[in-house]
Amino acid sequence: MLDFFTTRHDQPASEAPAVTLEAFAGQSNAVAVRIEAGEDARELLPYLDRLQLIEVNFPAFTDGRGYSAARILREQGYDGELRATGAVLVDQIGHMVRCGFDSFGPDQPLDPIALKAALGRFPQRYQKAADAARPIWALRHGSKHG
Amino acid sequence: MYQYDKYDQAMVDARVAEFRDQTERRLNGQLTEAQFRPLRLMNGLYLQLHAYMLRVAVPYGTLSARQLRMLAHIARKYDRDYGHFTTRQNIQYNWIKLSDAPDILADLASVEMHAIQTSGNCIRNISSDQYAGVAADEVADPRPLAELLRQWSSFHPEFVALPRKFKIAVIASAEDRAAMRLHDIGIELVNKDGVIGARVFVGGGMGRTPMIAPEVRDFVPFEEVVSYLEACLRVYNRYGRRDNKYKARIKILVHEMGVDEYRRQVEEEFLHLKTLGIDPPIAELERIATYFAPPPYKQGLSDEIDRRDPAFAQWVDQQVAPHKQPGYAIVNISLKPIGGIAGDASSAQMDLIADLAERYSFDELRVTHAQNIVLAHVKKADLPAVWKALAGAGLATANLDLITDIIACPGLDYCSLANARSIPVAQKIAERFADTGRQQDLGELKLKISGCINACGHHHAGHIGILGVDRKGVENYQLLLGGSGAEDVSLGQITGPGFDENGIVDAVEKATQVYLDNREGGERFLDTYRRIGMKPFKDVLYA
Amino acid sequence: MNILTGNDLASGDVIWWTGNGWSRHVGEAIDVGDKGDEIAQTEVAARRANEVYMIEAEVVDGTVRPAHIKDRIRALGPTVRLDLSLKPADPAAGNWVI
Repeated sequence: MLDFFTTRHDQPASEAPAVTLEAFAGQSNAVAVRIEAGEDARELLPYLDRLQLIEVNFPAFTDGRGYSAARILREQGYDGELRATGAVLVDQIGHMVRCGFDSFGPDQPLDPIALKAALGRFPQRYQKAADAARPIWALRHGSKHG
Repeated sequence: MYQYDKYDQAMVDARVAEFRDQTERRLNGQLTEAQFRPLRLMNGLYLQLHAYMLRVAVPYGTLSARQLRMLAHIARKYDRDYGHFTTRQNIQYNWIKLSDAPDILADLASVEMHAIQTSGNCIRNISSDQYAGVAADEVADPRPLAELLRQWSSFHPEFVALPRKFKIAVIASAEDRAAMRLHDIGIELVNKDGVIGARVFVGGGMGRTPMIAPEVRDFVPFEEVVSYLEACLRVYNRYGRRDNKYKARIKILVHEMGVDEYRRQVEEEFLHLKTLGIDPPIAELERIATYFAPPPYKQGLSDEIDRRDPAFAQWVDQQVAPHKQPGYAIVNISLKPIGGIAGDASSAQMDLIADLAERYSFDELRVTHAQNIVLAHVKKADLPAVWKALAGAGLATANLDLITDIIACPGLDYCSLANARSIPVAQKIAERFADTGRQQDLGELKLKISGCINACGHHHAGHIGILGVDRKGVENYQLLLGGSGAEDVSLGQITGPGFDENGIVDAVEKATQVYLDNREGGERFLDTYRRIGMKPFKDVLYA
Repeated sequence: MNILTGNDLASGDVIWWTGNGWSRHVGEAIDVGDKGDEIAQTEVAARRANEVYMIEAEVVDGTVRPAHIKDRIRALGPTVRLDLSLKPADPAAGNWVI
């Protein structure tokens, strides 16, 4: 069973302690921050260059705000480690990857076999999101799109 | 109609495999019910009052004969030989086993169907106008955009855990045949200086706090509809309430924030999103639209109909609507036989309708949000044969938009959310008004019944609406008047104290009598109510 | 009295706790007193039942009758399709619900 999982194969996962968003504002040397579900990811936009790790917490797997937070950060050019923590279950990881998460610190360990099956499940995607996958409409209409 | 390419097919096949795996993990205990519930809901599988219930998607209400035959097959093989067509143009099966559900989804996938996102806190089936493609008043067929949006919304990773369910309707005419303004997002295709695009309404809905969706943007070009809708959904996902299930819909957010502030936030998000290349090229919408080109109508056909059989003539007058192609007609098939169950069809009836669609209507049929069926392209010369076949199967009731064409949710007979039974009330009302002459004298009268405040029976949008409530363990019914889901959208008003099951039928009858006593000119019930107001009705109801 | 009800996990059938397993017939339900939660937890964990909860019932004319109309409909079947209920051959079955 996996207590931690990452798709960042080229770099090790950050072990920097993630400070709260509120604490981050007062600490010019913090390189890791943690956002709660109700907090605004855009508050980090001025600091994306110096952040190594942003954790986005899912208090319940039914609370989807973290998906938007992740996508917003990737859209704004953040390319550090983006970690989903909390209620992270195997059946949600595919969505999380698509929204730009590349590491996962679940509350409950993950079954590696179920995880592998979940990640390989869908051959294509209908929408362009924060991952590198080209959406189906781009495949249909040639390489100049998507 | 749309046909899957290899990509579409691969997606539904993968979804079937995913659900099969998730079901196995539930049955062997790797998943708890709390973990499995959102997963099965996103495949339309509810645990309902009597059994598991499966809601199969009928995208924008359009089906081929082959697909309807598969729906009939599923009813026979896995259920109790019937299905129920819903107010969102979908079909529900009430007696499903979890252990069969993966096989059912596989059978559906074999005919390009699915149950993806027909439940759960995600974007649901996108509904549309049952006369799409054949209505003279449409600016374009709304279904290509509906199909584009179906694909865009399917498995959308950001919107997989919204605060609550999300329903979208797309129409393309000023006349609203799909209750568009009562959806979370309603889209009306409009023509602006020769360019067709989307007029967007956000924040409609029924339920506990019914609201009519305000316009948020008067025009979005097709090239930007996806990024605009992503902006609308993102603002909702981030700021919709998650503290209270009854205040979690987008209508509450738009109302509490104010539409101006909601619009402002959407525009801000949209300005950013539309630079990211997430919009499909217009070529994709054009590709989809090729599947919705008009069928090969025969030219020069006669518009004559042999009306000598009075029963046939009566059916033609009520059920047959004009078609934009000379010699053709739109046939409405009633699933509201007097004393029957609104929206239910047996597998034999489904097979019959499939045969008629294949033979007489270019292999296509539609489900309406009023729980009836439409054959959109029937030659007038074929109407007698179609009618005869329908009559033989109990499908020729001539009551479209009349008082016995009742919309009724399944209610307490089937639904664990319900507070009262709706079907017996619908049956009693239909039986009270069964006389055809009486129905026609009353004219257009849209009566809608919900068994609870969730309003799946659209009671807020009924000219006459009935809401079932639980009054200390006893079923009780509130009467509402003056609602409309059409372009003259309005929300029904409660008359006063509720009635018991017999009392509500009498109350409906009294209300119709007030209309008959007061109507002027060619007024419908709804028009008379709007002119004279609630008081004359209250006076009679509570005398 | 308090009785326990739930659904069979694989089939979805409505089931009632008899003290000694689960039955599809409410007439065989027993009073669980205040042990409902405990029994529910055990049965759900063992996957012998799903979504178990307790409801009120009384014994009327010698048979168990759930106190609320919703539970009576759940026990019998849809009143508008008695042919699909647990008592398709009994024309008076609908009256038991009301």
